[in-house]
Formats: sequence, C-alpha cells, structure tokens
Amino acid sequence: MTDPLAWLILLPLFWATGAFLLGPGRGARLAIAGVAVQLWLAFALAAKVGAGGTAPAGSAASMGTAIKHAIGGWGAPLGIDLAADGLTAVMLLLTQGVALPLLLFARGYFAGDSAAVRYFWPLTGFLLAGFNALFLAADLFNLYVTLELVGLAAVGMVAMSGTAAQIAAALRYLFATLIGSGMYLLGVALIYGAYGTVSIVTLTPLVNADAPTAVKIAGGLMLLGLMLKTALFPFHYWLPPAHGGAPAPVSALLSALVVKASFYLILRLWTGPFAPLADAVAWLPALLGSAAILWGSWQAIRAVRLKMLVAWSTVAQLGYLFLIFPLLGADGLALQAGGMQVVAHGLAKAAMFAAVGVLIHVTGRDAVADVAGAASRMPVTLFAFGLAGVTLMGLPPSGGFLAKWLLIEAALAQGQWWMVAVILSGGLLAAVYVFRVLRQAFLLVPNERRHRFAKSAPLLEWMAFALAAASVLVGLRGMEIVRLLGAVA
Amino acid sequence: MTTGLIFACAGAILFTMGVAGVMLLDHLLRRILAFNLMGSGVFLVLVGLAQRAGNPDPVPQAMVITGIVVAVAATALALALARRLFTLSGGYTLPETPDD
Repeated sequence: MTDPLAWLILLPLFWATGAFLLGPGRGARLAIAGVAVQLWLAFALAAKVGAGGTAPAGSAASMGTAIKHAIGGWGAPLGIDLAADGLTAVMLLLTQGVALPLLLFARGYFAGDSAAVRYFWPLTGFLLAGFNALFLAADLFNLYVTLELVGLAAVGMVAMSGTAAQIAAALRYLFATLIGSGMYLLGVALIYGAYGTVSIVTLTPLVNADAPTAVKIAGGLMLLGLMLKTALFPFHYWLPPAHGGAPAPVSALLSALVVKASFYLILRLWTGPFAPLADAVAWLPALLGSAAILWGSWQAIRAVRLKMLVAWSTVAQLGYLFLIFPLLGADGLALQAGGMQVVAHGLAKAAMFAAVGVLIHVTGRDAVADVAGAASRMPVTLFAFGLAGVTLMGLPPSGGFLAKWLLIEAALAQGQWWMVAVILSGGLLAAVYVFRVLRQAFLLVPNERRHRFAKSAPLLEWMAFALAAASVLVGLRGMEIVRLLGAVA
Repeated sequence: MTTGLIFACAGAILFTMGVAGVMLLDHLLRRILAFNLMGSGVFLVLVGLAQRAGNPDPVPQAMVITGIVVAVAATALALALARRLFTLSGGYTLPETPDD
C-alpha cells in the first residue's frame, strides 16, 4: 500500500478521472491536491534511492540494483515491472515539482473561461500519469506504451483552445509523434525478434555480448524516432507552432516536460543496452545539437511573437542536451551535465512561459514590441522572466550555469574545443533574445494609444516567479542532484 | 526463407510505405490510413520474427494487442481533430506553416 512507485502512476489516473467528472472548478482543486501528494511521494522515493549508496551513474549496474515493484505481484515477462534509480528519481521530482506551481498558475490563468478548459485538468492528469509510468518503466515495450500516452495527452492539450491554427498544429504534432513512436516500436519488434526479451536489465549483457545487424538497425530506428519526438534540429519543425500557439500553462508543460520524456528515453537506452553500439554515431546528435543551439537562438532573436521567441528558445536549449553524447565517459561528468540541464531548463522554461502568459494576459497582445513599458506595472513578472533568462544564458549561480560548467569541463577533459565555443556562443545568443524582451519592457515608453493594460493577478505573477527562482536556486543545491543522479538503491 | 522472415519483410515494406504516406500525402484521411498501415507493418514484424521453431510466442501477441489498442486510440484522436479542422476550415488538408 505504501509503495510510492505504484501510487505515482495510480494517483494522477484517479484524479484525472475525478477532474473529468467534477468539471473545471472542483476538478482543479482535486488536481492540485493530487499533485501535492505526488510531489511528496517523489521526495520519499528520492530519499529512498539516495540513501542506497552510489555507483557510476547510468552504468549497467545502476538499473539492475534499483528499487523495484512488480505490479499486482506478477513479475516480468507476463507482468509489468517498475524500477527506479537515481535518474528516475530526479525526473520524477522535476515533473511533480514543475507541475505543482504550473497547476496553481493554470487555475488562476483559466479562471473565467470554463468552456475552453474543460479538458485541461483531466488531460494534465493523464499526461502526468504517462510521465511517471515512463520514468518508472523497466522494459522497452512498456516504455513505448507510456510514450504514446504522453504523446496523445500532449496532442489533446495542444488542440484544447480549438482554433483552426491550433488544430492544425496539433495534427502536425500528432503525425510527428506517431512516426517517432512507430519507428521506436519497429525497433522494439526487431530487438524482441533477436533476443526474445524487452527487459532493459536483461538486454544490456545480451547486446554487449553479441549485436547482429538487425539490432543495429533497431538502435538506429529507435534513436531516429526519439530524436523526432524530442524535436532535435532538423526535426524541430513541429515544435514552435505547437508550443507557441497553445495557452500559456499548456506551452509550459509541453516545453518543460514533454520533450524531456523522449530525451530521458534516449539517455536511458544510450547509457544502458545500446552503449556498445552508440560510440560509432555519438557525433551525429552532438552536431545536430550544435546546429539546434545556433539555429534555435537565431530564430528566437528574429521572432516577432513573444511565445514564438520562447518556443524557439526551447529548440535551442534542447540542443545542449545532445552535446553530451560523445562525452559520456567513465567520469560521469557529461551525464551530470545532461541531468542538470534537463532540470534547469525544465524549471526556467516553465517560468518563462508562465511569465509570458501573464504579459500577454495583461497587454492583450502576443508581440515582443507590445511589452514596452510593462516593467512598471508587472515588476514581479519581468523579474521572473529575467531570472529564467539568467538560467537559460547560464550565468552563475543558476542551475543552467552548473549544467554548462559541467558540460564545458567534460568537453575540455576530452579536448573538444569547438564544443566549448558552441556552448559559450549559445549563451551569448540567449542573452540577446532575453535582453530583447527586457529592453522593451524596461527602457521603451509604451504607446499609450495602443496600450491598454489589464489588471494582472498576483497569484499568476508569483507562481511564475517561484518557478524562475527555483531554476536559479537549484544551482545552489546542485551537489544533491548530482549525487542523486549517481545513486542506486 | 522461413515464413516468419517473409512476414517480417512484408511488415518492413508496409511500414516504409506507411511512413512515406504520413509524411508525403496531403489529404488528412489518407495520412491517417497511412499511419494505420505503418502500425500493421510493425505488428507483422513483431509476430513474424517471434515464431521460434514453429511455436508461437504469447508475449509478442500480447504486445500486438496492446499496440492495436494504442493505434485505435491514436486514430480516433486524429479523426476527431481532422473533423474539427474540416468544420473550421472546410478542408481536409493542413494549411502551410506560417513563417514565424
């Protein structure tokens, strides 16, 4: 009864169904209470995992000795096994930690227009259940099912506002995500055909011993499919319209968490069963990641609309995650950098979309030019935007700084100077697009004839601020996260 | 060539056709059908490769059933969105992506 593993999946399913039946008003309260309990469960799980001692993060042993739970007492292969190690615990903490302030934000943001948001609360519940199940899944097929759960819930959320442009963005996103998971599933089929098992723990030694061509093809297909779902350049085409058009709380959930789910899966496979195959192609994701940093930042600098600016910044920040693959050595620095970047970007991007949501709500327009003079009316919101920007730029003491520092250290240890140049110029480009907004807000005088500022809600402003502050402060607690990433129970 | 391998190869061809269809076709209904073709291809590979020494293996069959459920759910969502787009824009094709 008290096993947090199963309840992390069951609880969101319960409150999602409850929220669907109760409607938006009471459903929102139920959802917030549910996520608060989930956050507590995630902390309990992290404490349990962290107490278990440490091993090299992501090594073959880390999944094998993790906390386990066989659902309903049926073990694999007929039943479903859940497993949690340090990486799982960090992802679970991040998911619930980002979701709780965002749901409080959403409650204020959606107050008033109940028709459009009838499905927000149930869909969020199913999305969170999909996340938690994905992070806890211990076999490749179960990962496929949870990946689809996350994808379908996310598509539903993109389509929620119901305008033609949003439906088109949702359909484009749906087709991208279906192709991605189809490729992944074909890979799973080939692997089952070769080895007769899909359990990650059992597969790792088998692939190490002997990898026939079919398995190499499977690895390539799965990687390609997951890169499409993570919106790595040049597969990012679906991301800006889907993330930039949705309501602010939805954009925040999508940008902060959904794309990280498929990245988590790449990391899990790359450091687990596919480690022996991965060395040959490790440069491909790194090169695409560098291209993503430069192209995404450039598009963010050019963007006319505020939310598009933030969405393109997501494309850029996802690039950093893929730089770690050629650097995944024995020292575990690159893995720590990747984990830290996931956490820092998750919090910062949620904060930035929330802050932009408030700006749009108050100015009534979604254009960078229209925030002129907003600083005096919404100091907290702009402070939140600025703090989130500090994390994206990678200035100390933020979590983004720690991530980039670890990444640069790992790159220098292996003599990859060009990568350092990409990381540093990415930070400078981020500064350009963040200051583009701040300059408008602080220095330029609003055109009074065009501007009619609505009243802003303090709850919204402070939730955005809380997320942004967390993204900076997480840098100060970096050692705990890094230690947790390497922990096994 | 064993029967299993024939199934798997046919599945791979169907999958490739499906992916090409989802990416290249314009009409939304055709793209949704192409997605289903893609799924069927994967299921053929899954069941075809898993026949060991003539004895069917129950695990991949359970996977295929789960996969079919997922595919039905995805198809339903895609059809609902396509119908909604049709009522809003009067067409079954996605508009060109705006530049920004």
